[in-house]
Amino acid sequence: MVPHAHEHIDHSVEQTHHHHAHAQTSHHVDGHHLLQVEGLSISFTMYESAEPRFFRARRMPVEVISDLHIGVHAGELVAIVGASGSGKTLLADAIMGIFEPNATVRGRIWFNGVEQNAASLAALAGNGISLVPQSVNHLDPLMKVGRQILGHATQGATQGGRSLLCSPKTGRKQTTECFGNTKETVPLVSGNTKETVPLVSHPQPSRAERLAELFKHYDLPPEVADKYPHELSGGMARRVLLCCALMDDPQVIIADEPTPGLDLELARRALDDFREFADSGRGVLLITHDIELALRVADRVAVFAEGTVIEETAVANFASPDTLEHPFTRALWHALPEHDFQVPDDATDAATATAADTTSTPIASDTQSEKNGEPC
Amino acid sequence: MLEARDLHFAYPGQAELFGGLTFSAKPQERVALAAPSGAGKSTLCKLLAGYLTPQSGAILIDGKPLPNRGVCPVQLVWQHPEQAVDSHMRMQAILDEGGTVTPQLREELGIRDEWLVRHPHELSGGELQRFCIARALAANPRYLIADEISTMLDAVTQAHVWQMLLRACDARGIGLIFVSHSPALTRRLATRVIEL
Repeated sequence: MVPHAHEHIDHSVEQTHHHHAHAQTSHHVDGHHLLQVEGLSISFTMYESAEPRFFRARRMPVEVISDLHIGVHAGELVAIVGASGSGKTLLADAIMGIFEPNATVRGRIWFNGVEQNAASLAALAGNGISLVPQSVNHLDPLMKVGRQILGHATQGATQGGRSLLCSPKTGRKQTTECFGNTKETVPLVSGNTKETVPLVSHPQPSRAERLAELFKHYDLPPEVADKYPHELSGGMARRVLLCCALMDDPQVIIADEPTPGLDLELARRALDDFREFADSGRGVLLITHDIELALRVADRVAVFAEGTVIEETAVANFASPDTLEHPFTRALWHALPEHDFQVPDDATDAATATAADTTSTPIASDTQSEKNGEPC
Repeated sequence: MLEARDLHFAYPGQAELFGGLTFSAKPQERVALAAPSGAGKSTLCKLLAGYLTPQSGAILIDGKPLPNRGVCPVQLVWQHPEQAVDSHMRMQAILDEGGTVTPQLREELGIRDEWLVRHPHELSGGELQRFCIARALAANPRYLIADEISTMLDAVTQAHVWQMLLRACDARGIGLIFVSHSPALTRRLATRVIEL
């Protein structure tokens, strides 16, 4: 691919580019996307399981995500729906610069028109892109939630300060090492992040005030701040994770399954907040199983299966299965409890085939595994 | 019959929950528990399955308290599967915790053989949840408590798992008590709804 091919496209003229059509509300600030992922592939090095002699087993790459394209415009909420175990969380992790040690990640990611590499993506975590992680296990079990949300960083969060909140999987340090070792390490952290000036700057009240505001908004009593994660109910922990992400006033939110455990009203409120967030000129990538809720707020829906985006469609097309193109998308429609709650026969095959091809993280190879990720 | 009689429960230093809740569920019944987030639905599930003991009141099965030894006839499938499995064990060992899981049951739940040698962190939430369901069914429960078991599943898998679970419950006469935040799913499944 020609370097910066994406930047050379005249966005105002080309109606379809990057494999998608535009929603009406989306727009390009300064002629580029807020977040653009092109040709992303993720594979894991794992031992050949068919080899009977354990110590002779060779390492082989297993591709989990292949050639994935997705873009988020300013002012847009893009929903990714799809099969469980198809690698949706890996996509979120890749954008956040979190990688398993045995993962090889290829592809190109632009944030705010600036091409990123692994180190700069990790630096953006919490300084432009925030993650609402899927599992409540991402909270530190030994730290009171109030302190976790505040972070021990001050304004303009330094590297150490974000660690717990924004890349809680501990991946960041690993990543830096991982890419520090490669010869081809490209422009490093500072250069890139300095260029990515926020599109919209918000006056920052003190973090404590912001915390109180967020708690009030999500019906969390102030004493919750003084509790440990195990003392929270599932829904409360979810809201705490939401607060973590919104605290840092990001440009893009990657929300990985933000609604399970929330009752309907809270889930709607959370999604309406994402909508409002997007309407203020920022972007949201919403990864979810809950098609019904996603359709309420999304501008575009990308259906994810077999490790890639199989169909990108307008929200309106979900009104009837006839307007959906891919058999898996139609199967999703039919399986919804408010429709048939039935699994069509071919869909079972499609779904299991999906699971077979693209299961999640395979067996981790030993610690000496090749750290051969390419810069994104 | 599974009975909750005059339940009172409070976590240390926190407000009391339930305020003398009484209800019962028969086998063949599918009871939905409905309440806002944080109202104690998961706590009630843990009480019913014997993971927690109420401060006053009782959980009775056919008029007798839950047994202290042996396999509990009320099995709980937890809301967060990643917290319900031992992260140091391989999936095969986790499956075996509840009893023998037949290959047929594995197949019905869509558990693939190659997952069995993996550790929990190498599977997605939806995949883990199928193991947890298989493990609960292997214990031959009389009642199954399902605490938001399908929120991490995509719609196709959700429909598939629930159809399978309903078949298993019907065939074995297992009573089902479940929590779901999706009104559509509740309408589909519940024979009765209890508001906490």
